[in-house]
Amino acid sequence: MDEANTDVIQGTLDMLILKTLSLEPLHGFGIARRIEQISQGVFKINPGSLLTALQRLERGGWLDAEWRVTENSRRAKVYKLTRAGKKQLENQTADWSRRVSAISRLLKAEV
Amino acid sequence: MSIWRQLTRGLRALTNRRAADQSIADEVESYLEQAAEALEANGLSPDEARRAVRLHLGNATTVREQMRSYGWENLISARASDVRYAARRLRHNPGFTVACVLTLAVAIGANSAIFSVLNGIVLKPLPYRQADELIELHHTAPGVHFPDVVSAPFLYFTYRQQGRSFQNIGLATSELRTLTGFSQPEEAQCLDVTAGLLPMLGVEPEVGRWFSEKDDVPGSPPTMVLTHGWWRARFGGNRSVIGRRIVVDGVSRTVIGVMPAHFQFLDQNPAFLHPLQLDRNKAFLGQFGYFGIARLKPGVTIEQASADIARMIPIALHSFPPPPGLTVKVFEDVRLAPRLRYLKQTLVGDIGKTLWVLMGTLGVVLLIACANVANLLLVRAEGRQHELAIRAALGANWSDIARELLTESIMLGLLGGAFGLGLAYGALRLLLAIAPANLPRLHEISIDPVVVLFTFTTALITGVVFGLIPIVKYAGPGIIPALRGGGRTSSQTRQQYRANSALVVVQVALALVLLVGSCLMIRTFQMLRRVDPGFDPKDALTMRITIPETAVKDPEAVMRLQQGILENIRALPGVTSVGITTVVPPEESPDSRQVYARDKIYRSVPPLRRLKFISPGLLASMRNRLIAGREFSWTDTYQRRPVAMVSENLARELWDDPRRAIGKQINANPKDPWREVIGVVKDEREDGVQLEAPAVAYYPLLMNDFDGQEFGVVRTVSYIVRSKRAGSRSLVSDLRQAVWSLNAALPLGNVRTLNEIYDKSLARTSFTLVMLGIAGAMALLIGLVGIYGVIAYSVSRRYREIGIRVALGARRRELARLFVAHGFVLALIGVACGLVGSVALTRVLVPLLFDVNPLDPLTYAAVSLGLLITSIVASYIPTLRALGVDPIDALRAE
Repeated sequence: MDEANTDVIQGTLDMLILKTLSLEPLHGFGIARRIEQISQGVFKINPGSLLTALQRLERGGWLDAEWRVTENSRRAKVYKLTRAGKKQLENQTADWSRRVSAISRLLKAEV
Repeated sequence: MSIWRQLTRGLRALTNRRAADQSIADEVESYLEQAAEALEANGLSPDEARRAVRLHLGNATTVREQMRSYGWENLISARASDVRYAARRLRHNPGFTVACVLTLAVAIGANSAIFSVLNGIVLKPLPYRQADELIELHHTAPGVHFPDVVSAPFLYFTYRQQGRSFQNIGLATSELRTLTGFSQPEEAQCLDVTAGLLPMLGVEPEVGRWFSEKDDVPGSPPTMVLTHGWWRARFGGNRSVIGRRIVVDGVSRTVIGVMPAHFQFLDQNPAFLHPLQLDRNKAFLGQFGYFGIARLKPGVTIEQASADIARMIPIALHSFPPPPGLTVKVFEDVRLAPRLRYLKQTLVGDIGKTLWVLMGTLGVVLLIACANVANLLLVRAEGRQHELAIRAALGANWSDIARELLTESIMLGLLGGAFGLGLAYGALRLLLAIAPANLPRLHEISIDPVVVLFTFTTALITGVVFGLIPIVKYAGPGIIPALRGGGRTSSQTRQQYRANSALVVVQVALALVLLVGSCLMIRTFQMLRRVDPGFDPKDALTMRITIPETAVKDPEAVMRLQQGILENIRALPGVTSVGITTVVPPEESPDSRQVYARDKIYRSVPPLRRLKFISPGLLASMRNRLIAGREFSWTDTYQRRPVAMVSENLARELWDDPRRAIGKQINANPKDPWREVIGVVKDEREDGVQLEAPAVAYYPLLMNDFDGQEFGVVRTVSYIVRSKRAGSRSLVSDLRQAVWSLNAALPLGNVRTLNEIYDKSLARTSFTLVMLGIAGAMALLIGLVGIYGVIAYSVSRRYREIGIRVALGARRRELARLFVAHGFVLALIGVACGLVGSVALTRVLVPLLFDVNPLDPLTYAAVSLGLLITSIVASYIPTLRALGVDPIDALRAE
């Protein structure tokens, strides 16, 4: 049985979280669901990694978090991007595109 | 900003772990609920949804743990729990803990105390701005065998004008001056300085101003600056003192400033300062006797400065006239050369050597203490061997076990350090009380942050050092086999306490080294006490009187007044004899001259000798012995006959035999008439009993043709009063009466007993002796406790074996011998190692010893024997317990 790899590419989880939050503030599960939706199921998020990453990003000052009551009247910790986080996202995106284009150039190269 | 956030969040998590945990749990929970809800929306039942979520999320606890483990605070809280655990274990073993902490506290405290002395005296920079640029303009004169020559005005002017290496140069000299106009005439120490000196040191006056260059010009209105202490004592710290006039040596001077309290000029303690007012036009070659200080230009080394000085000395010799009667050639033959040294070196001198020896000694005491604590830890670790083995078997990492043991020993070390600091504080007060008063920078010694840092670094290192020993032995990877033996049921094997025994051997060896060191100092002290100083310091008093020219002008009248005072003193009750001299070392710097003998031919200048001016009767009052000839009479003095006396060593040097010196002729200046030697005096060790007696020429107090002067008298003299009442207050007030009945304006200076001076010369040796003695005693005590501990432990471990032996009919005396022999063998090996160590290490003591061979066989034998005997006693005491063993109890105990 050949199952498709749904792991997030190593080292990109932070960028994906930052990108998702740059659209709107979300709680942990919201972020996971959004990433899965937008990636059309290519990436499935491991909750442990996600929550730890959120904690790390918040400590690093890229995210702010606060407990809020959600639309379905439950308490949830909602994260939103800080200014430093926005900057970090720009840096990471730029870095990523540079690498991706390099890789695709390599893959397209013909003998 | 993110660092700030890291810090605050981390601290918050650290201080309120529960809230942090709750927040994490809530977040995980809320995530699960959201996920479940989403699945329910997709049509799953609530139960199914929950199960699916859990399946997907994995173990919620694992997630929580994963989240918890993020953050620096976890490292700390892990260590904190180690510490809590270690603290609990130490608390449950109060006997062990107290023993360890006390041992360490004493050893670390002693180290901190000596370190604070070393730090205050040797390590700390002098309290001046950029003190490492300051040097003393010191010289040497190999041509006259005079290693230490200070500075002189002709050099000062030359260096100031031509020097390339200095930012600034200053001269200073210390004088005793007479103050009148107060209720009693008094003498006070005055520091005469050039205007540039204090600005160069970077000290600002507290009130008023410092001497300007103008004040320092000869002939400008007389001024003075007061030091803080004298200002407080004399004027109650009143700021209106500025502008007041004070009469010093008959000259009225205006007070222009007050120095701050922290101002200290080297080890001098002047009451006030005068501008030196050197006159370049009156300067001539010679006039040595000024203390020269210079500030090096940035980046200039002391070697470069020396080369600069060496270049300028010939220039100086040809820029100034020689004094009357001497030629430039004489000064060239002196071969004056620079011998610059840092100002700190000048001040601290060779006391640093003594202090480093003491520091090293106490370091050894600390090692012995470490060995003791390591031994206690070993015993404890062995008791826990079973537990440790089980933990290792259950999967505890051996590094975890090691960390736990190390935490415990570091805690012991730090506790010892904390208590040690308290002890050091007390010890330092004691130390300063017994320290020789001539120890430099005494007031700069304190427990400052550097000392605290030193203490805790030492404590930490100590903790690691003694903590590693049991770790290597018990927490190593090979811990499991310990389970098999079970440890408890069998008697101890020789193998098991090899580590303990090794430690005891080390302790005994180190203790022996220290004891040998302190015994060598005791022998030195004995030898010094046995030395004949050439005078009798008991029951004698000295005091100094200066008759200024403003009081009495005529030299002969001065002599008459001096003799009148002498007669008055002689008439006092209880005074057996009294005499006048000029030099009472080591307080006063003696006058030195080149002494020529008429029957010798000199190719170059002769060496410098000490010159003393004395009155008839001085020899009796000092209890100096006359070896040949006679002493001066009053007739010799008043008729100003050309006579002299010499010391025994000078007579031997010049004419081989003291008796042949009589009738020979000498002088101290080729232009002066020859003086006939009429007596030879036995050598006096007046610079301190450990130093060779100086070669001395004695002159009468009143002279014709001395040093080019037609008619001279010595105006500052010291009286030596021999009386059983020396040291009593009543004698001092009698003396004052005796002086003031003749001239009420003369102050009595420096009234002290000769014994004080004599003891002072022994002070450094006795200080070293006391310190080494304390260190040796501590080493002995700690070492003996070590032996006691090992034997006591071995007895307790072999309780069962003893029981069996007794049951089988072993005699108690033989049992006792078994244990005592064990202790004795350990001590014997320790002594053997220690002897080897002593031979190597006592070499560092050589500069402190006097007339004692560092390999003195008697000392070595006595110390070894003493150590062996006390170690037998130390191992016999715990053995008594073994003798009382009831075999039934012993066998049942298991």
